[in-house]
Amino acid sequence: MEERVWIKDEGIEAGAAKLTPEKIEKTINAVFDNETGARLKAYVETCIHCGLCSDACHFFLSHDRDPRFSPVGKVKQTIWPMLKNKGKVSVEFMKQAVQVAQTECNLCRRCVQYCPFGIDIAYMMSLVRRICHKQEITPLYIQDTAHSHAATMNQMWVKDDEWIDALQWQEDEMRDEFPNARIPLEKEGAEIMYSVIGPEPKFRTQLIYQAAAIMNETGMDWTMPATPGWDNSDMAMYTGDSEMMGRLKRMHFDTAARLKVKKIVMGECGHAFRSVYDTGNRVLGWRMPPIPVIHALEFYWDLLNEGKLKVAKTFDEPVTFHDPCNVVRGRGLHEKAREVVRAFCPNFIEMIPNREHNYCCSAGGGVINCGPPFKNARVEGNRVKAEQLKATGVKVCIAPCHNCHGGLEDIIHTFELGIELKFLGEIIYEHMEKPNAV
Amino acid sequence: MSEYAAWDWSVGSKTVANLAECDCEIQWREENQASPDGEQVAAVVNTGEGEFTVCVNGSCWEPRYERVWYLRYSPDGRLSGLACDEGDWTMCIDGEQWEETYGFLFNTMFSKDGSVIACCVADAMTYGMVVDGVAWENLYDNANNFHLSADGQKTVAVVQTVPLGQAEIFKFKEGVYSVAVDGEAWDVNFVNAWTPRFNADNSSVAAQIRLNLFDYTIAVDGKPWNTVYSQVWEPLFHPKNKSIVTPVRISGKWGMAQDEKIIWQPHFYQVWQQQFSPSGDRLAAIVCPEYGRWTLAVDGKTWNTTFGDMVMDLTFSPDGRRLAALGKQDTKWTVIVDDRVWSGQYDMCFAPVFSPDSQHVAARVEKKGKYTIAIDGKEYGQNFDQCFDPTFSPDGSKVLIRAIAGGKYLRIVEPVANIIG
Ligand code: SF4
Ligand code: SF4
Repeated sequence: MEERVWIKDEGIEAGAAKLTPEKIEKTINAVFDNETGARLKAYVETCIHCGLCSDACHFFLSHDRDPRFSPVGKVKQTIWPMLKNKGKVSVEFMKQAVQVAQTECNLCRRCVQYCPFGIDIAYMMSLVRRICHKQEITPLYIQDTAHSHAATMNQMWVKDDEWIDALQWQEDEMRDEFPNARIPLEKEGAEIMYSVIGPEPKFRTQLIYQAAAIMNETGMDWTMPATPGWDNSDMAMYTGDSEMMGRLKRMHFDTAARLKVKKIVMGECGHAFRSVYDTGNRVLGWRMPPIPVIHALEFYWDLLNEGKLKVAKTFDEPVTFHDPCNVVRGRGLHEKAREVVRAFCPNFIEMIPNREHNYCCSAGGGVINCGPPFKNARVEGNRVKAEQLKATGVKVCIAPCHNCHGGLEDIIHTFELGIELKFLGEIIYEHMEKPNAV
Repeated sequence: MSEYAAWDWSVGSKTVANLAECDCEIQWREENQASPDGEQVAAVVNTGEGEFTVCVNGSCWEPRYERVWYLRYSPDGRLSGLACDEGDWTMCIDGEQWEETYGFLFNTMFSKDGSVIACCVADAMTYGMVVDGVAWENLYDNANNFHLSADGQKTVAVVQTVPLGQAEIFKFKEGVYSVAVDGEAWDVNFVNAWTPRFNADNSSVAAQIRLNLFDYTIAVDGKPWNTVYSQVWEPLFHPKNKSIVTPVRISGKWGMAQDEKIIWQPHFYQVWQQQFSPSGDRLAAIVCPEYGRWTLAVDGKTWNTTFGDMVMDLTFSPDGRRLAALGKQDTKWTVIVDDRVWSGQYDMCFAPVFSPDSQHVAARVEKKGKYTIAIDGKEYGQNFDQCFDPTFSPDGSKVLIRAIAGGKYLRIVEPVANIIG
């Protein structure tokens, strides 16, 4: 077996330097005693160490079947010793545990499908992250993002005015193509609140443009807030700061409720969907989102089926489609997504495996947000994705998720695949009927 | 606009404006706003490429701007819009702009009576607030959670007092945020601060703070409470004294603390949006007593009716004896008053409005894209394409309905008795 590489991260190192055996023991036991119950007990007692989950994990497959990268191997390196030793583990152990849980598991939940007992390894890795959060040994870059959420209620330190400015700028830009186009801000009583993640106003404003074009050209009654609460993303969910996750999601739903919208449509992002549709709402007391949340994939499908979105010309190059974990395993949107892709892209080629069996991009679960120190390990840990992409033989891959874009981009670059990534909205925008365009 | 009592309360319906008519050439008309007295309807209009103004009852403001947005009526009936001319921003009120211009203005706020108009400012990468045109003397690297006191005399915001570079997580944890009142920051920093609020006479400010990544509490005039919690929500001052109530989370459950003492035992899955009755005798909040079910609690006692989707817009009657809110179940909204639910189910309901004598509750409601108002659960006979919140006459016997139907803006005064039958 190749030697295990333990990566140095400033956040982990500085946090670990302040750890004491007492603190480690106290935080571990506090989380186990107060925040877990029958579920963890059942998982730990039921697991027969059969290793059937191993083949599910892209890290395991990409590391030549090294058991330390298997799902159960990750539990073996984290939860089991913590439980067995009743929290008495070393600082060195915790430094390794945080690397395993925070950077070598994408919480992609592929493995839960392979375990005969349905054991959810991602849940256990989330618990480890929670413990690491309490010990303040979370990797630097994702911790910084969690701080941004706390201070600005968005992921990218976007200030209140910068958000509005980005929208007004895109509205102005749009008017060259659609002279009467609008991005209606603060429209009380609109049908839809459109929400995005922090990077869109910061780096990917063209996505706001494209979404606004789709909204305008399909005649939607929509709005965007001019206040914090616009960002649906959530790295606090991935650092185990569930208190901050609750604060962020309350802000998001309060904003939609204040605007009196019927539904929230969100851009092409997977982790944000998980936070709004599954984890964040539930931590606040809601079984389901209090205001329906429609992911972009489902929204496009609705528009297409209602006849509001029409194909003007097709995108004829062969394309493949990457199923993001959080909206496919997390929401089952794979068939709807395919129907939209096929409507615009007749030369659609499946990657194998696909749908709920697709391999994760390896960026998800906050792994890419742990930043440069972990980049190489993340990319090397997903060689199988590169092989899977290469086998399709296509030069264009549609990936309807921000994190997937980040992760796949690095893989495409490192493994020299020469594949261009696109969001589905980008293809729709370029190929739909635009009745109001000049 | 005249005083509320002096508004035209004579029963009848009139067309105030035909929305298709405007004394200037317009390309498009944006969202309509109705004045509180119902005598005006206004909207931002586009008058040519990159040129905007405001049309009020068919007549346009004189100035033209590159952009006008966030057009809103102040409670005293003045119409304000944030306006941009050659890259400089100002507030335009009834067609007259502030003398001052700034890099960017946003988030207009009004005092309760509307006599003060404030907003937030971003100028040369510094942030603060502007009141009636005048900006804080000190602007900050960042500011948010802006708030204007009810009487408009004081402003407050969370401010960043120490510069923070990229990924400086250790500096962040030392605390770089504070609270600034009229631009003057407390002399203490916290890891985070949120939702600063004034007491009744503006002599005190309370805010949520985070002391490190885990300990949350309330700071009053810069001084944190001694007790810390795993979570808190927005603090609220008692209307008559300096006592503060705030939802707090202890051992995984939410309760209510008053000045650090637990007054509602922490047995809720959620508690938020607490409100005092006007006299301060009663305290109500939106609560989640059982996982996935939502209702109100008054003085800690939970209502019997619960909703699965959400509860919003808790409103006390002026006499403090009655309480209304909106509840949503299986995607349909309704109004709940004193633990009794209206029979109507709506696609949307807007915040309930009490009559001054506290006898009646009205709300704007919507079904399948058609709007009307309802009082005590009975709908007004006519549906509209758009409708604004209803207002009761001072004696509570009539209701003012402001609505748009067939491209015309209508002002209707109707006896309440005609609606409730
Ligand atoms: S990365 Fe995915 S497959 Fe691998 S252990 Fe984590 S959740 Fe399971
Ligand atoms: S497949 Fe299930 S039972 Fe087998 S090792 Fe993995 S988690 Fe344990």
